[in-house]
Amino acid sequence: MARFLLRRFISSIPVIIGILALVFALARMIPGDPCRAALGERATDEICDAYNERYGLNDPIHVQFGIYLKDVATGDLGESFRFGVPVTELLIQRLPTTMELAAAALLIAVFVGVPLGIISGYRHNTKTDVATMVGANIGVAMPVFWLGLMLQYVFAVFLRDTPLALPPSGKLDAGLIPVPFYEVWGLPENGFMEFLSEFTLMNSLVTFQWEIFSSAFLHLILPAVALATIPLAIIARMTRSALLDVLGLDYVRTARAKGLRERSVVLKHALRNAMLPVVTIIGLSFGLLLGGAILTETIFNLAGVGKTLFDAITSRDYTVVQGFTLVVAISFVMVNLLVDLLYTYLDPRVRVS
Amino acid sequence: MTTTTVGDPILQISSLETHFFTRDGVVKAVDGVDLTVGKGEILGLVGESGCGKSVTSMSVLRLIQNPGEIVGGSIRFHGEDLLDLSEKEMRSIRGDRISMIFQQPVGSLNPVFTAGSQISEVYEIHEGLKKKEGNARAVEMLQKVGIPDAERRIKAYPHELSGGMAQRVMIAMALAAGPELLIADEPTTALDVTIQAQIIDLMREIRNDLGTSIIVITHDLGIVAEIADRVAVMYAGEIVEEADTKTLFADPKHPYTKGLIGSIPLAGDRREWLDVIPGRVPNLIDLPGGCRFAPRCRAREEAGLTMCTEQRPELTGVNDEHTVRCFLYQEGAK
Ligand SMILES: Nc1ncnc2c1ncn2[C@@H]1O[C@H](COP(=O)(O)OP(=O)(O)O)[C@@H](O)[C@H]1O
Ligand code: SF4
Ligand SMILES: [Mg+2]
Repeated sequence: MARFLLRRFISSIPVIIGILALVFALARMIPGDPCRAALGERATDEICDAYNERYGLNDPIHVQFGIYLKDVATGDLGESFRFGVPVTELLIQRLPTTMELAAAALLIAVFVGVPLGIISGYRHNTKTDVATMVGANIGVAMPVFWLGLMLQYVFAVFLRDTPLALPPSGKLDAGLIPVPFYEVWGLPENGFMEFLSEFTLMNSLVTFQWEIFSSAFLHLILPAVALATIPLAIIARMTRSALLDVLGLDYVRTARAKGLRERSVVLKHALRNAMLPVVTIIGLSFGLLLGGAILTETIFNLAGVGKTLFDAITSRDYTVVQGFTLVVAISFVMVNLLVDLLYTYLDPRVRVS
Repeated sequence: MTTTTVGDPILQISSLETHFFTRDGVVKAVDGVDLTVGKGEILGLVGESGCGKSVTSMSVLRLIQNPGEIVGGSIRFHGEDLLDLSEKEMRSIRGDRISMIFQQPVGSLNPVFTAGSQISEVYEIHEGLKKKEGNARAVEMLQKVGIPDAERRIKAYPHELSGGMAQRVMIAMALAAGPELLIADEPTTALDVTIQAQIIDLMREIRNDLGTSIIVITHDLGIVAEIADRVAVMYAGEIVEEADTKTLFADPKHPYTKGLIGSIPLAGDRREWLDVIPGRVPNLIDLPGGCRFAPRCRAREEAGLTMCTEQRPELTGVNDEHTVRCFLYQEGAK
C-alpha cells in the first residue's frame, strides 16, 4: 500500500512539470513584448532593455525556464505590478477564501448530491426520481452567474427584513475584523501562520470569535450554493446511474438471498461499489469548482483566487495570472491525487502490488 | 448413483406463475409450475436457457424484482405458504433456512468485501453474532467446504479467488446458517470440467453428511445424471416431464426429453445439446395456443395428432412416479 501511494505520488511529478512548462510558455505567448505589457506602451527602448536584462528576458529560453523553476521552488512567483506586492503575498491573503468557498461547495455537492442520487436510483422511474432528475438537468444547465444573481435577488432583495435574508456580497459584515489565532494564542507571526489565519471560519471557530464566525458563515451560504449547483447535479446523476448499474449485478442478488434487509443491500453492498465512479467524478468536478469560483467570487465580491485571477487578466497583471494559474493547476492535480487514494481505499481491485 | 431414503416433502410448489410485465408485453416466464422436493433429496431441474429455471428459483426466495411478479400459485415450505409471509418473515428464511448459489461465483461475491466478511455476515444477520465470532465460524465453514489454508483465505477479496474457490466460498456462505434447502442455479456452468466434478462431489457430500435438500438447476443433463435423485424437465415456463433419474434416462416419454437425451454429447464433447433439437424455444410473450413444444415436435406428426396445436396438455401420470405433459400418453387423444 505504501509503495503504491509513493508510486502514485511520483507519477504526478511529470504532470506538475508539464503544468510549470505550460504556465511558463503562456507568459511568453502574450502578444506584444512583456516589458511594455508590464511598464506600459510608452516605455522607451532603453528602459525596456534594462527591464529585459534585469528579468533575464534576453537569455536563451531554456535558461529562462531554469531560472523560472528555481524561482518557483524558492516560493518566488514575482511581483504584481498592479498591487506592488509579491504574488506569494497575494496568494496567502486570497487562497484561503477560495479554499473555504470550494470546500463548502464541495461539501454541499457531495452531501446533497449523493443522497439525492441514491433516492432517485433506488426509486427509479417513480415521481421522486423524475422530479430529481429534471431538477438535476436544470441544475447542470444553469449558468453560474445567472444563478448567483437570482440567489442574490431572492435572499437579499425579495426576502430582505425577513429571518431568511442572507448577505449577498463580501466575506464579513462591514466593521468586523477577525483577530488572527496566532495573536490570540501569542504565537510568532510568519507567512504560514498568516495563511492559516485567513481561513476565516476556521480561525474564528478555534478562537471562539462567534460574531465573526456567524457572519462569515452566513456570507458563505449563497456563493457556496451557487458554486455547488452544477457539481451537485452532476454528482446526483452519476450516483443514480452508478447505483442503477450496480443494483442489477449478481452480488446484489446474493446480498438479498442472504436475508439482508433492503436498506443494507443498497447502503452497504451496492453503494460502496456505486461510489467508485462517483468518487472519480467528484475529483473532476473540483475543476468545475475552480472555474466556477472565478464567476462566483466576482458576483459575490469575494477577494479570492478566482476574482483576483479575473481582475489580473482584465488588467494584464501577468505575473499574477502566471502565479495563480500555477497554484490552481497544482491544486487540481493534488485533489485528483487524493481522489485516487480514496479510490484505492474503496476498491481492493486496484490495490494490486 | 447413491440411493437415499427420501423423506417427507419440505418444499411443494403448485401452479406457480411468475410473469414479467414488460413494455413489449407480459413475459410468462413461469406459467403453472409444480415441483416437490423431499427431505434430503436432490432434485434436478433441467431445460434449455430461457425456459424459466432461474425465475422459478428466484420465486421460491421471493426475490423477483420489478417488472416481475408472482401472480399465482403457492410455494409451501414445511406446509406453510411462503407467499403469505411478510417481507420480514421472508428475510428470516432467506440465507438461513433456504439459501442459493449461482452461476457466476466470482461475480456473485461483492468485490469490495473479503470472503470472510461476506460469510460472517450470514452469522451476523441470522445468529446475531459479532464480527469476530462470525469470522471464526467462517474459517470453520471454509475448512468444511475443502478450502485449504482457510485462515488466510478469509482475508482474500473475490478477485483473488479462482472460479472454483469462489464457488466454494459461495457454498460456505450458503451453508453457513445450516439451511434445509439449497438451491444451486447452474453452479458449475462457469467452471472447468475438473472443478465441476469437485463441486458436484461437494454437493453430494453436503446432502449425505448434513441431510440438506438440494435443487440443482442446469442445462447439462450429464450433471443431472451424476447427482440428482429425481429430475424435472422444464420447457417454455412449464414442467413437461418428471421422474426419478434412472427412469427418466432409461424410459423418457416426452418428445422434448427424448430429444435432449438423444443429443447428450459424448464424453469430452461439451457441445450444447440444445442445438440438436431443431427449432427454437417459443417467445414467452406470444406462446402458442396449444402444446408449447408443438412447433418443434416431430412425434406429433408421426402420431397424426391434431389437438396439439389447439389444446394445452396437462401434466398427467404415466405411473405413480412418472408424470408427463403430452397428448401421446393420454387416452383418446386425436
Ligand atoms: N427481469 C426480467 N424482465 C423481463 N423478462 C425476464 C426477466 N428475467 C427473466 N425474464 C424472462 O424470463 C424467461 C426465463 O428466464 P430464466 O428463468 O432466467 O431462464 P433460465 O431457464 O435460463 O434460467 C426468459 O425468457 C427471460 O427473457
Ligand atoms: S402434446 Fe403433441 S406437440 Fe406436445 S409434445 Fe406431445 S405430441 Fe408433441
Ligand atoms: Mg438461469
